[in-house]
Amino acid sequence: MNTSKSPATNRPLSPFMIGPYYRPQLTSMLSITHRATGVGLSAGMLFLACWLVAIASGPEAYAKFAVHVTAWYGQLILLGFSWSLLYHLCNGIRHLFWDIGKGLDISTAYKSGYAVVVVSGLLTVAAWALAYLR
Amino acid sequence: MAQFTLPKNSTINKSAGRKFPAPAGAKKVQTFKVYRWDPDTGENPRMDQYDLDMSACGPMVLDALIKIKNEIDPTLTFRRSCREGICGSCAMNIDGTNTLACIKGCDEVNGEVAIYPLPHMPVVKDLVPDMTHFYAQLASIEPWLKTDSPAPTRERLQSEEDRAKLDGLYECILCACCSTSCPSYWWNGDRYLGPAVLLQAYRYIIDSRDEATGERLDQLEDPFKLYRCHTIMNCTKTCPKGLNPAKAIAETKKMLVERRT
Repeated sequence: MNTSKSPATNRPLSPFMIGPYYRPQLTSMLSITHRATGVGLSAGMLFLACWLVAIASGPEAYAKFAVHVTAWYGQLILLGFSWSLLYHLCNGIRHLFWDIGKGLDISTAYKSGYAVVVVSGLLTVAAWALAYLR
Repeated sequence: MAQFTLPKNSTINKSAGRKFPAPAGAKKVQTFKVYRWDPDTGENPRMDQYDLDMSACGPMVLDALIKIKNEIDPTLTFRRSCREGICGSCAMNIDGTNTLACIKGCDEVNGEVAIYPLPHMPVVKDLVPDMTHFYAQLASIEPWLKTDSPAPTRERLQSEEDRAKLDGLYECILCACCSTSCPSYWWNGDRYLGPAVLLQAYRYIIDSRDEATGERLDQLEDPFKLYRCHTIMNCTKTCPKGLNPAKAIAETKKMLVERRT
């Protein structure tokens, strides 16, 4: 690197951020969502572990926990958790196809991308319908 | 570590931008907002606005830039050479995606045309990024045929099938549109080779005349050089030549797995 006092050391970094400078595209958006749902699922596992600990600790502890789970915010977190799981699963399958070298052209990647969005949404609705309508 | 904002010296000073209105009586006006940075003043970058009369301008974004430089503001600096999409010099971020200014039509952009240098690169001046690191990475994969066997008395022949494997690879003009569209390359570009260089690496890996396939794969078997590719596919989406670096990278990863079994 040039460490002298020339202007080169003060070279700015060209703008890059997705949104203001680089167009958000299905490619990058689904990828960042995959990463975010992965992080969300890790946090969700902790939530699930709390639930199991509550069950194991007996009816009183579970009742305390259940109050929150059945409240609107608990349900919202559960909704997010279930969608994260299903999105990550669907997009994970897409990644498996890529790993064997299939579906890497842009038109197929866009079709599979939209499919992941739609299917993960439908599966989430189906799971919640099953839970509420039974 | 991933960096989400521009360093202090790189943020765009919105109030410093200059405006060059269209000449009186212009029939069809299109606005071009162009990233400017002058190394001599050392001031933060700015966006200059040029309103061009498109009835007196060529069709491509490069034509517009040349018109600005010739007729309005000779200080505007950019790289260009062939003006027909074969040299890769005029690669820049136009309307939010990387492409070659010479093959991007002004009418492909609705309204204002925002033009920045290739993303997440040190800027030499205006639209000229410093490509030193990119070229060093290209050199590191040794982009030439390597052989151990004695030189034959004539050319090293290749079957039609083997030659066909190079289609979609040899056409790469190394404009760096793909690498600089890749978020992984933005954030790990110091160690991750990026789509353009990895496509070149694959071009030599699958060349039937090259005898260093194993060595080349060894070199790529590294957590950063190759495996920072997360199949985001911005590279393939943006390639102005319609090539598929994501596919080349996936095939390389496959070869690394297959040779273990």
